[in-house]
Amino acid sequence: MDTKKEFSTKAYLDMELLRFSTAGSVDDGKSTLIGRLLYDSKSIFEDQLEAVKRASIRKGNENLDLALLTDGLRAEREQGITIDVAYRYFATPKRKFIIADTPGHVQYTRNMVTGASTANAAIILIDARNGVTEQTYRHSYISSLLQIPHIIVCVNKMDLMNYDEEVYERIQEEFSAFAAKLAIKDIRYVPISALKGDNVVEPSKNMPWYEGGTLRYILENIHVGSDYNHIDPRFPVQYVIRPQSDKFHDYRGYAGRVAGGVFRKGDKVMVLPSGFKTSIEAIDLYKDNLNEAYPPMSVTLRLTDDLDISRGDMIVKENNVPQISQDIDVMMCWMGEKPMKAGAKFHLKHTTKDVRCMIKEIKYKVDVNTLNRVDDGQELKMNEIAKVSIRTTKPLFFDSYRRNRNTGSLIVIDEGTNNTVGVGMIA
Amino acid sequence: MKKYNLNHLRELESESIYIMREVAAQFENPALLFSGGKDSIVMVHLAVKAFWPAKIPFPLVHIDTGHNFKETLKFRDDLVKETGARLIVGSVQETIDSGKVTEETGFDASRNLLQTQTLLDTIEKYKIDAALGGGRRDEEKARAKERFFSHRDEFGQWDPKNQRPELWNLFNGRKRMGEHFRVFPLSNWTEMDVWQYIYLDNIKIPSLYFTHERKVFLRDGAWLADAPFMKKRDSEKVVLKRVRCRTIGDITNTGVTLSTADTLEDIIQEIAATRVTERGSRADDKRSDTAMEDRKKEGYF
Repeated sequence: MDTKKEFSTKAYLDMELLRFSTAGSVDDGKSTLIGRLLYDSKSIFEDQLEAVKRASIRKGNENLDLALLTDGLRAEREQGITIDVAYRYFATPKRKFIIADTPGHVQYTRNMVTGASTANAAIILIDARNGVTEQTYRHSYISSLLQIPHIIVCVNKMDLMNYDEEVYERIQEEFSAFAAKLAIKDIRYVPISALKGDNVVEPSKNMPWYEGGTLRYILENIHVGSDYNHIDPRFPVQYVIRPQSDKFHDYRGYAGRVAGGVFRKGDKVMVLPSGFKTSIEAIDLYKDNLNEAYPPMSVTLRLTDDLDISRGDMIVKENNVPQISQDIDVMMCWMGEKPMKAGAKFHLKHTTKDVRCMIKEIKYKVDVNTLNRVDDGQELKMNEIAKVSIRTTKPLFFDSYRRNRNTGSLIVIDEGTNNTVGVGMIA
Repeated sequence: MKKYNLNHLRELESESIYIMREVAAQFENPALLFSGGKDSIVMVHLAVKAFWPAKIPFPLVHIDTGHNFKETLKFRDDLVKETGARLIVGSVQETIDSGKVTEETGFDASRNLLQTQTLLDTIEKYKIDAALGGGRRDEEKARAKERFFSHRDEFGQWDPKNQRPELWNLFNGRKRMGEHFRVFPLSNWTEMDVWQYIYLDNIKIPSLYFTHERKVFLRDGAWLADAPFMKKRDSEKVVLKRVRCRTIGDITNTGVTLSTADTLEDIIQEIAATRVTERGSRADDKRSDTAMEDRKKEGYF
């Protein structure tokens, strides 16, 4: 069979994972773009396509409505809107991809922030006919706030602008000028037509002036290995493993996921908050003994000394200690229906630690459309973003979000409803 | 400089192990829902890895429709023996006998929907506060919207329009008395990932997944396994074919595919070439366009 030639198990086992987010409304051609990426990588199956065809006809649509592939909930299909972040999966021979597809209309900030929180890359779609709009600013700002390492700006619908190089260059210049104000490490630009397929998977014959790679080529080749912090060793203790069986009577392992840096067998380490010093006796992953562990590996550390360590403690290196404080400044995005006011108390989760916190002050809000600071410090409403000072009941061990997304992020939870109402990036 | 990269299967494994450990840490009385299918077998494998050398710190729960492939039950019991895990069985037959639900009749009768009541009863009886399931977001469009930590109210219902935001790797498992969570560590896995992982870690799976001779009959374009309790129309003739299961569930709604794949490599090649999703032959999903969402809202897996 032909497929045997094009598919190799060994190659598959060597693939990397890339998580990217897309944002925008139906009008930008986002669904068409996702549909094309999925379809061209054979990730849409016949029965799914049949179901979309049936639903499209039932709704009276003339064309195949690819949005129906991603809009899974009854309310979404009925109202023709996307309510929630949807996750989509596809693989090419080089990589496996997870798309966090975030809606553009309803509660866009909340959904975009959610989708962006785990993304290595973000696709920002610009309609070539309209150029850079308020929505472009919003998407870019949120992407930079969430520290997505790679931004891919797709100038879409080039077919409707006669594949004109000048149109593309004008938009690229406009976006670059704006992006200079943001902290984005890596920006790429691609002129595409999602509908006609130009530069999505296949290079465009209509735009010979464009010398860069197609969107899929870029997605396949962005370097993601350096997206994690490999400098500052951080190991939040998640769970203590004590088998208390005859065979493993004295076994005491600290299970967790490496949040930063590299830990090696024999390393001298320090445990927070106690400050005890010891060294790593072994790094276990099931029956394997590893020489080193790095993000995002889930492992179990065994230490040379018997210490009192529990969930919420952090294992670090003596010469590289995180910030330790009860007073923390964060960029907070509010997601709760009830606005947040200074003085309010919440439950807070940071790494594997649970504490309570009080909002001391709302310093300023950010207008996500203009990036201007707004001094309206009374309350923070849903979908608003502000710089906020909080005080926690116990010290947190943290880094700035910019330095480490794992040790720089936190969520706050309403103590009455138990809902996650706010998310914060430590300044 | 050295490359500190995990391949995607090890990254998914690491994420799932992290989720399982969060469940063990955040909940008092978790349990792992075990169907006997490949996803729940991978779940048990991951749980063993997450807590080794300690035993899995939660029981396996099997909701038994009474319409099982006999291979499934044997496999389940062997696995329980091997891992030393505790097994809880919730019986759909008992739920029917108690009069809480009424069995469907007719040719397409299935106990699929009735399982929900048995599942919720079992969760209540054993005071389970987090039920780990093997659901994946790539399986079905309603599942694509599911959280890792999915809140259920006191009636076991899912409210898809009002889910908690889930960011980074911070999972909010806080709840009131009587509420519980469904947790899906395999959320980000695809069918292909699961098969590749089974191959990579050499995980034992039931013989049903490999080609074998079986009495089958054709219904609505899908091959179904014959069993004494399967009601057949006159036009549905039982024939002997070489088949294998792509998914394993209750016999009444698990389609089998014609296949000669007898190794994991063969299965992987077959999946790579196939143009139909694995749920494409599941009768339970065909009932309506939003069949999965409707069942999930009620408390289904």
